[in-house]
Amino acid sequence: MITKDLIIQHGLTDEEYGKIASILGREPNLTELGMFSVMWSEHCSYKSSRAFLKKLPTEGPQVVQGPGENAGVVDIGDGLVAVFKMESHNHPSFIEPYQGAATGVGGILRDIFTMGARPIALLDSLRFGPLDNPKNRYLFGGVVSGIAGYGNCMGVPTVGGEVYFNEIYNHNPLVNVFCLGIARKDQIFRGRAAGVGNPVLYIGSKTGRDGIHGATMASDAFDEGSESKRPTVQVGDPFTEKLLLEACLELMEKDFLVGIQDMGAAGLTSSSCEMASRAGTGIELELAEVPRREQGMTPYEVLLSESQERMLLVAKPGREGEVLEICKKWDVYAAVIGRVMGDGLLRVKEKGAVVAEVPARALVDDAPKYERPAAAPPYQDHLQSLPLELIPEPRDCNAVFAALLASPTIAHKGWVFEQYDHMVQINTLIRPGSDAAVLRIKGTDKALAVTADCNSLYCVLNPYVGAGIAVAEAARNLVCAGARPLALTDCLNFGNPERPDIMWQFILAVEGIADACKALKIPVVSGNVSFYNETRRLSIYPTPVIGMVGLVDHADRAVSQGFKAEGDAIVLLGETGEDLGGTEYLKTIHHREQGMPPMLNLDREVALQAVVLEAIEQGLVRSAHDCAEGGLAVALAECCLSAPAGPMGAEIVLGAQGLRRDSVLFGESQSRIILSVKPGDLERIKALAQKAEVPLSVLGFAGGKRLTVSIRDEHGRAAIEIDRPCQELAIIWRGALRSALESPLEVEGRHA
Amino acid sequence: MARSSLRIGILVFPGSNCDRDCHHAVTAIMSAAAEFVWHKEASLPPLDAVIIPGGFSYGDYLRTGAIARFSPVMAAVTRFAESGGLVLGICNGFQILLEAGLLPGAMLRNRSLSFICRDTHVRIENTETPFTGRCKPGQVLTLPIAHAEGNYYADPATLSSLKAKNQIVFRYCTPEGKVTPEANPNGSLDNIAGIVNTTGNVLGMMPHPERCAEALLGNEDGRLILLSLLDSLKSGRFSPKPAMVS
Repeated sequence: MITKDLIIQHGLTDEEYGKIASILGREPNLTELGMFSVMWSEHCSYKSSRAFLKKLPTEGPQVVQGPGENAGVVDIGDGLVAVFKMESHNHPSFIEPYQGAATGVGGILRDIFTMGARPIALLDSLRFGPLDNPKNRYLFGGVVSGIAGYGNCMGVPTVGGEVYFNEIYNHNPLVNVFCLGIARKDQIFRGRAAGVGNPVLYIGSKTGRDGIHGATMASDAFDEGSESKRPTVQVGDPFTEKLLLEACLELMEKDFLVGIQDMGAAGLTSSSCEMASRAGTGIELELAEVPRREQGMTPYEVLLSESQERMLLVAKPGREGEVLEICKKWDVYAAVIGRVMGDGLLRVKEKGAVVAEVPARALVDDAPKYERPAAAPPYQDHLQSLPLELIPEPRDCNAVFAALLASPTIAHKGWVFEQYDHMVQINTLIRPGSDAAVLRIKGTDKALAVTADCNSLYCVLNPYVGAGIAVAEAARNLVCAGARPLALTDCLNFGNPERPDIMWQFILAVEGIADACKALKIPVVSGNVSFYNETRRLSIYPTPVIGMVGLVDHADRAVSQGFKAEGDAIVLLGETGEDLGGTEYLKTIHHREQGMPPMLNLDREVALQAVVLEAIEQGLVRSAHDCAEGGLAVALAECCLSAPAGPMGAEIVLGAQGLRRDSVLFGESQSRIILSVKPGDLERIKALAQKAEVPLSVLGFAGGKRLTVSIRDEHGRAAIEIDRPCQELAIIWRGALRSALESPLEVEGRHA
Repeated sequence: MARSSLRIGILVFPGSNCDRDCHHAVTAIMSAAAEFVWHKEASLPPLDAVIIPGGFSYGDYLRTGAIARFSPVMAAVTRFAESGGLVLGICNGFQILLEAGLLPGAMLRNRSLSFICRDTHVRIENTETPFTGRCKPGQVLTLPIAHAEGNYYADPATLSSLKAKNQIVFRYCTPEGKVTPEANPNGSLDNIAGIVNTTGNVLGMMPHPERCAEALLGNEDGRLILLSLLDSLKSGRFSPKPAMVS
């Protein structure tokens, strides 16, 4: 008997329950209610976002598989494809940081090797509250070790990502994980249960009671009792996943499979109904055959368990014996648990008795779709106002500069990425810490570049512009490495979509992504939406993280951000404006998170990226670096401090152009890239820029042991604003994150 | 007599993850034939050398290498080593060699208690091994490490014996070649990064030579180790005595 309480406990509305009953033509039983509850959860059904995601461009000549599968696929030539996706694991990571992050990595890896691809790289996009709070240190440390524990064991290098700190993430950190794999184009697998009568196999870890209703948890906001939800977080076992990976790739190589899907959120339920739904078939399962680690599990528990490291396979007829044999070789549990049916139903039996019978398509496609009300929040005007006359210009730019380099968001992230094996598989040509990581593709001359980007402060100030900048910056980062952007995956982290202000943010952000994608001709091939990132009605900043993949045609021409040689000319492409709104400078020095984010002119962005790519392809560029948080001054410091043979100085003169000094040094105007070039190549770069009408200025020359930055006023008088030994800057920048983690704690509860 | 085609076996345990990297190094850098050897094999095929690659054998949920040493293949590797065959254990391979008793000492968790992946500098302490013939005494190589348990430990008697018998092959050092506490990434005893057995045919090292053996990767120092091994095999002086292998 389904009571009103049960319906509420399952996170369903009365209308949704009514729809379930009308689909079935009867009341559901408890097992069926559980299945609908997870499949129709926001996490699985995208019920609040689907209508808007349609605006994203998903097509292009390079696209082999767009959104809707386990991961997106793009053609990279030589008969190969790149397979990639990004997903969030925010809620579990807040409840249990190590396991939450670890299983996030495990899940995204399975999404990639499910498609027949060997994973070659991971990225993580992380956001936490400030590190002077002990809880945040615990979460940050736990998440980083969880990622390391899982990814390192799997032998997949974690080559980059991003880490931001902001109080808004105090009670809702974000953990987004991205994975890239490579497959042969003629050997891509999809999650399809095709071929009536084909055997359905379960392989991987045994099923336990862990993670039941994880998807439902991820579809709700946090409250004081959230930590009691720890049992809904799964425990990861990377060793089993490694065996599962090798077993799956061997099965695919042997051509025994029709379809395959990871059991992720909503476990056996989602994998079976999604595979059937995609193929227009049904599946009959016998739960008694499911390998279990606990006695006395009910059908409800078996169907909804989110135990990790499990896959559902549909084998070619008569091949189940060979599948079981390969699984045995790899010590992976495997069992035939059902078969493909022609009736479109997901029929679940327990020892022969039917315990659930639901149209597969109803679970997947008939979830309600909401176009929830959206409205700009009343606080938006206040957020966007920035009376610059109230912001004093810094007296000591050297001190401001040092403070910015020490800001944990800007500081060198070695403390994080040195805990990740970022070299295994020996493809990593450009390691973490540059604009994009670059991985060679063995057996070809090519390489792939990957990056993950989002400035969520920009996004809260103007979701449309902020999201567009996330796309533009990701593309710019790839271009700086010498890669042509191919496609992107997005991970859209937002608050509660039932709030009109959150829906307003979401809709604008999606439009911002769509328009930037169209201008830059970069399709979206996969993605993930994570709503309900809020605790006690305090929502996170809208955080649409963009993971992007680009192709480097000649691996040996990939470029990194560090200056390479004394005497090289330093050139800025793009223009600096009065862009202080939403900057790290304003936040760190003036404690203001307001203003309009920097303007994004997509035409200029396209032209800039084309020039830089052309210059790199012509071999004219020794280093390239995007200007992001902290502006020109910080970008220049990063070029100096990332020099391969140790810090290299530079002498720089910037034109004031009627701007405030802080705007010149620390403003975050978009569409700017710093290049270093051999002096002899300067004229050729100038010609390229002029032809494309991209502004170019020569800022100075690399060399020496100090970074000196002067500003020249309209009368031609130059005044030194920044002058520090690089060795000193290196200590600040490289040591800041560790210092922040080891500094004495302030009074507890300040951020509570 | 050197054979025309050298065959190097690469052990594959469940959880090995540098096996394919070593395969690449053997074929692309050493131009030798590489052959994966499954952990369940009780005997080795005819091989000229064995590489035990890095990774997390059996998940390393217990002490690193503690389970792998019981794999059937390790008994065969032990016989191979006893017969004089060359065995190179890298990272987890080094840990397994310690657990299997083919090398003395043990691994503790890194001093920082966390995984460390970065370039280190190591000084060549012994050029008289089959793995370091191309190096100069005191030469400093840049080699990457990637491990959570590389903090080598041995009791004082073992350490003295290692020193007396010149078994310490690599020590972590500064870029200038000074062996200092600051240059020690993981707390390893006496900055030890790699050792050989008393007969010199079994080397365990924490740094990864296979990760830095190509110009494209920005560092070719690892070639010195791989090509020294190749020279030794070609010299024929280190062929395993067949009677003892089977």
